[in-house]
Amino acid sequence: MKPAPLTCHSPTTLDEAVRLLHDLGPEAKVIAGGQSLVPVLNMRLATPAHLVDITGLPGLDEIRVSAEAVEVGALVTHRRLEQDDAAHAALPLLRQALVNVAHPAIRNRGTTVGSLAHADPNGEMPMILALTGGSVTAASVRGERTITASELFVGPMETVLEPDEILVSARFGRFAEGTRTAFTELTRRSGDYALAGAALALQVSDGQLRTARMGFVSVTELPDALDLTELVAGRPASTSADIAEAVVERVTEHIAPESDIHATADYRRHLTGVLARRLLTELTADIPARGAA
Amino acid sequence: MTTDNAPGTYDLEAGRERTQPVALTVNGVEHRLDIPGRRLLSDALRHDLGLTGTHVGCEHGVCGACTVLLDGQPVRSCLIFAATVQGREITTVEGIGDDPEHPSPVQQAFIDSHALQCGFCTPGFITTIEAFLAENPDPSREEAREAISGNLCRCTGYQNIVTAVCRAAELKRAAGRATAGCAGCPGSGTAAGEEQP
Repeated sequence: MKPAPLTCHSPTTLDEAVRLLHDLGPEAKVIAGGQSLVPVLNMRLATPAHLVDITGLPGLDEIRVSAEAVEVGALVTHRRLEQDDAAHAALPLLRQALVNVAHPAIRNRGTTVGSLAHADPNGEMPMILALTGGSVTAASVRGERTITASELFVGPMETVLEPDEILVSARFGRFAEGTRTAFTELTRRSGDYALAGAALALQVSDGQLRTARMGFVSVTELPDALDLTELVAGRPASTSADIAEAVVERVTEHIAPESDIHATADYRRHLTGVLARRLLTELTADIPARGAA
Repeated sequence: MTTDNAPGTYDLEAGRERTQPVALTVNGVEHRLDIPGRRLLSDALRHDLGLTGTHVGCEHGVCGACTVLLDGQPVRSCLIFAATVQGREITTVEGIGDDPEHPSPVQQAFIDSHALQCGFCTPGFITTIEAFLAENPDPSREEAREAISGNLCRCTGYQNIVTAVCRAAELKRAAGRATAGCAGCPGSGTAAGEEQP
């Protein structure tokens, strides 16, 4: 349970960091908070010869809120983003999801952007990036490039990032006016990986549902978002109980849960349907039959 | 050579693993160490600094026994490389209370409430609760339960630890009143609203 021998590099500028990664080659891994990477190293599931620690790089610890997005630097911890009031006001889904990420002691060190690079479909934040139509920015000796969530994730814990690229920021898109969001997940133990989780972004105006997008935790191969707009568009919010049947059917078709020691695939599929129904009920319960939402 | 023996991390002539200089500030004291890059903070504290109050349980971030404070916030020392926290303020359980004659309020509350049996998990609880009470000085039992949900204890069944969190909050408030006085607190040595010096 100790990592294999390695050399820890602590660059002080981004240029130095990307140069190190380029020169060291695929034997080097980027480390920020390390809350996903270090367990992997401790169990020797990976044995990189070099770590490039980016926690000393300047300018990567900012949270910027604009009209379209919440932009999060690579060194912003889950905890800081969770507690940022401006980010919460702009995109409540961030805090709704972040409080479910492991325990506070993990969130104090782990970074949100790092969890995107880790790309675990059992993680909350990769799904949130997909659900918000977000993107990330990666830096290397070749310069910077922007990658959308739909391009970034290509497999469980697999991204299109090159070994010498560093994710420097992520951009979570803000929802259109009148959009309500909620996140829910079921875990065996507080702070553990979810058996199943889901988030819903539901746009409502004049008592009518307009658009709906749902994302999932632990039951899909890739962090992605399912557009449910055609099932809800134009329907009165008061009929959400009728719509729920169709939503649950579409959701259970979409997901692809796997069986493991914690739960069977069928059980996870059932749970996800239950969560989808709960989210829809929660987000429509207080909408009057007619009138402004 | 296996993949465990990464090229460059061994000094073959000296016949030992290569080391790197690391400066750590622990409980207010700066230490200069020469340690391998793979040294976890938990192991640096225990092996290199002899601060064996920090316990190592699962070594993958689940049990919470190795919890220390990094700039006042609880973190898992088994999930941090020592070389990556240079210049940060690290507080271990020894930094919270290291004198059996004068335990810290949280330590005293554990004694009062019978909140430990074997004691292996206790240092992780003490550090976690110390930081929690700094944020929330008057928690409900439910909040106390949530605060310790990331720490495993296999002896107590947690009920007495929850009690200890609330007891520690009482002791801390009482200590605050006794020493400094606290504007606005009933029973404080200073009248409500009066300016503190």
